[in-house]
Amino acid sequence: MLKTFKMGGVHPAENKLSAGKAIEKLPLPKTVSIPVAQHIGAPATVVVKRGDEVKVGTVIAQSSGFVSTNIHSSVSGKVKKIDDVMDSSGYKKKAVIIDVEGDEWEEGIDTSENLIRETHLDAKEINAKVLAAGIVGLGGATFPTHVKLSPPPGMTAEVLLINGVECEPYLTSDHRLMLEKGAEIIVGTKLLMKSLGVNKAVIGIENNKPDAITRMQELTVNESGISVQPLKVKYPQGGEKQLIKAVTGKEVPSGALPIAVGAVVNNVGTAFAVYEAVMKNKPLVERVVTVTGKSVKEPSNLMVRIGTPVTDLVEAAGGMPEDTGKVISGGPMMGRAVTTLEVPVTKGTSGILLIRDEEAKRNEVEPCIRCGKCVNVCPMGLEPYLLMTMSEKKLWERSEDRHVMDCIECGSCSFTCPSNRPLLDYIRLGKGTVGKLIRARKSQN
Amino acid sequence: MNKLLTVSPSPHVQGDESIRKIMYGVVLAMLPAFAMSVMFFGWNSVKVTLIAIAASVFFEYVIQKYIMKVKPTVDDGSAIVTGILLAFNVPVGLPVWLIVLGALVAIGVGKMSFGGLGQNPFNPALVGRVFLLISFPVQMTTWTANKVVADGFSGATPLGLLKEGLKNGETISQITSQLPSHFDLFWGNMSGSLGEISAVALLLGGVYMLWKKIISWHTPVAVLGTIFIFEGILWLANPDRFMDPMFHLFTGGAMLGAIFMATDMVSSPMTHLGQLIFGIGIGIITVLIRNFGAYPEGISFAILIMNAFTPLINAYVKPARFGRVA
Repeated sequence: MLKTFKMGGVHPAENKLSAGKAIEKLPLPKTVSIPVAQHIGAPATVVVKRGDEVKVGTVIAQSSGFVSTNIHSSVSGKVKKIDDVMDSSGYKKKAVIIDVEGDEWEEGIDTSENLIRETHLDAKEINAKVLAAGIVGLGGATFPTHVKLSPPPGMTAEVLLINGVECEPYLTSDHRLMLEKGAEIIVGTKLLMKSLGVNKAVIGIENNKPDAITRMQELTVNESGISVQPLKVKYPQGGEKQLIKAVTGKEVPSGALPIAVGAVVNNVGTAFAVYEAVMKNKPLVERVVTVTGKSVKEPSNLMVRIGTPVTDLVEAAGGMPEDTGKVISGGPMMGRAVTTLEVPVTKGTSGILLIRDEEAKRNEVEPCIRCGKCVNVCPMGLEPYLLMTMSEKKLWERSEDRHVMDCIECGSCSFTCPSNRPLLDYIRLGKGTVGKLIRARKSQN
Repeated sequence: MNKLLTVSPSPHVQGDESIRKIMYGVVLAMLPAFAMSVMFFGWNSVKVTLIAIAASVFFEYVIQKYIMKVKPTVDDGSAIVTGILLAFNVPVGLPVWLIVLGALVAIGVGKMSFGGLGQNPFNPALVGRVFLLISFPVQMTTWTANKVVADGFSGATPLGLLKEGLKNGETISQITSQLPSHFDLFWGNMSGSLGEISAVALLLGGVYMLWKKIISWHTPVAVLGTIFIFEGILWLANPDRFMDPMFHLFTGGAMLGAIFMATDMVSSPMTHLGQLIFGIGIGIITVLIRNFGAYPEGISFAILIMNAFTPLINAYVKPARFGRVA
């Protein structure tokens, strides 16, 4: 039976245009730009210099601090320069730019398709490999995975949730990964379980992917600790807190981490990357990216080397349609619009969505008619219309009292608003400002 | 690729809700009640409704263009809704100039004086209606005989007959013999304001709005449920003095008020729990006025009073917060 989270939610048109397209390897690019800040936490420290020869898998930037991770070259070639490059956030980030020559991999990396199931590594050794390989959350949040696998003192993990929900419209990279690399994902899941010391894992999949549900159920029929949970198609089911609520019935307390309710959530893509890191010694140098849009000639799911310019992906999908008005890195609900197709693919790039001119324009803003729809769709139980007003009037303390910091920025409120009010824009402004106030207050004490 | 791309924050898609869609959906939902009013009251019903709509739209346009000096938004449909609801709340024989005056008060005082759509604390149509009722009580309670009513039934409304009968010392059973049957009440075969008479037609419109998610069930169920329960209690306590609860659901403005007036988004609470509280308040006040007040019907006053409580309800009745720390 289907499970879901209790409060709120919307149902944007799914438009999973590329669901039936198998993963294809994108041909090697001529140049890659690999940002050293591709994860939540401290940017990695560059350890190469201009002119250095690198291979696929060479460490080009080392993790700095606990919440950080390594960055590896995704290609073989020569370091052209180290420079600032605009990424999908719209800001310039330090990046290692490499001219591609050949496709040589570091020794010790198994690039074959053979499935390896068994390992003798213990939890600490697995986690060390995850850190070394630069694994981060591939659902898009890019939180360093080794940090998630290291619960704070006094906290214990009880259940591992594997996020195969993919509730963003258009995106299908997780869907294809489950269909085509399901066995590897199961091995990765078992590695994560071992690393965490849990004996239970649940793979959550939205019900609009029945073939993926069937496939994963087949693969888990003999796995006593792993089960598959079909979930109702309701955005934002893939949100970490909503997934925990749906599967375990528990709510992550405001301001707390999932581990507070005994849960650790990892994306199916992350589980696959963990498998490759531990069993194949392969660092995170490539990922599946959906390229799609209503006017795109060949919506695709491409296996892409990190640092590849988005231009290459769009060309592989048939070129940029003439009526393209907006290009989004990610999905339509939470993705980021990019200013140029030259931005590089990073570890967190789950999709490239090309939106038509007429759909790229925002509708005219009209007065709030106090319909209450934004309140009813908010999965966090907030009052978006009120938070917007408070941000407009700079009532930051009241905004904090009304829990603006709990917003997960899923966009359901703006999506549903019949007056096209930019609710989430103002809430973000409120979150940013209140966040600064809170940090200032803490630094005073 | 020299083309400039649009860059804006997420979300990058918009749902298909819009003010226009909501307002014209409400208009569609009012068609069954309108059809029944034409059936029972004839073409005067069309005349009153069209005048009310035209006057409402006209006043909104003029006020926005010449007084507020903003771009008129009469095409959003909200003035049309107000006009129809005003017509639905007046006798079919009301003079034209009073309809126009009611529209002026509804739009000018009830809506635009607060800043326009979304800013008004009270339901505009009810502001207009209550203004007319208090200022022109004779015209507002001069009921044209329902042309389908069989001989023997007077032109007075069922609630009016009830109030008058009790005042004259008649018993409930004596009064009942002068009233239409429950089926006639449900169907609309009774005197009353133009749009309030047919419960079945109003319910049809309500079901349509529920299906289209223009309204939720909370407010109308709370209003009608509360009226039913409290009238039921009174009736059980003293059947010689109080009419049965079904009578009270089908008469007066109970159905129209619960389904179309109380559910006005702008003047009702944001949360479902708030809407339940709001609806219960309306139901209680309606029962009090009908049974203990001077007026035969009280739902207009009840809704306006609870409209005034909406900001208070919104301030204290918040959605259940995800992850609330005890």
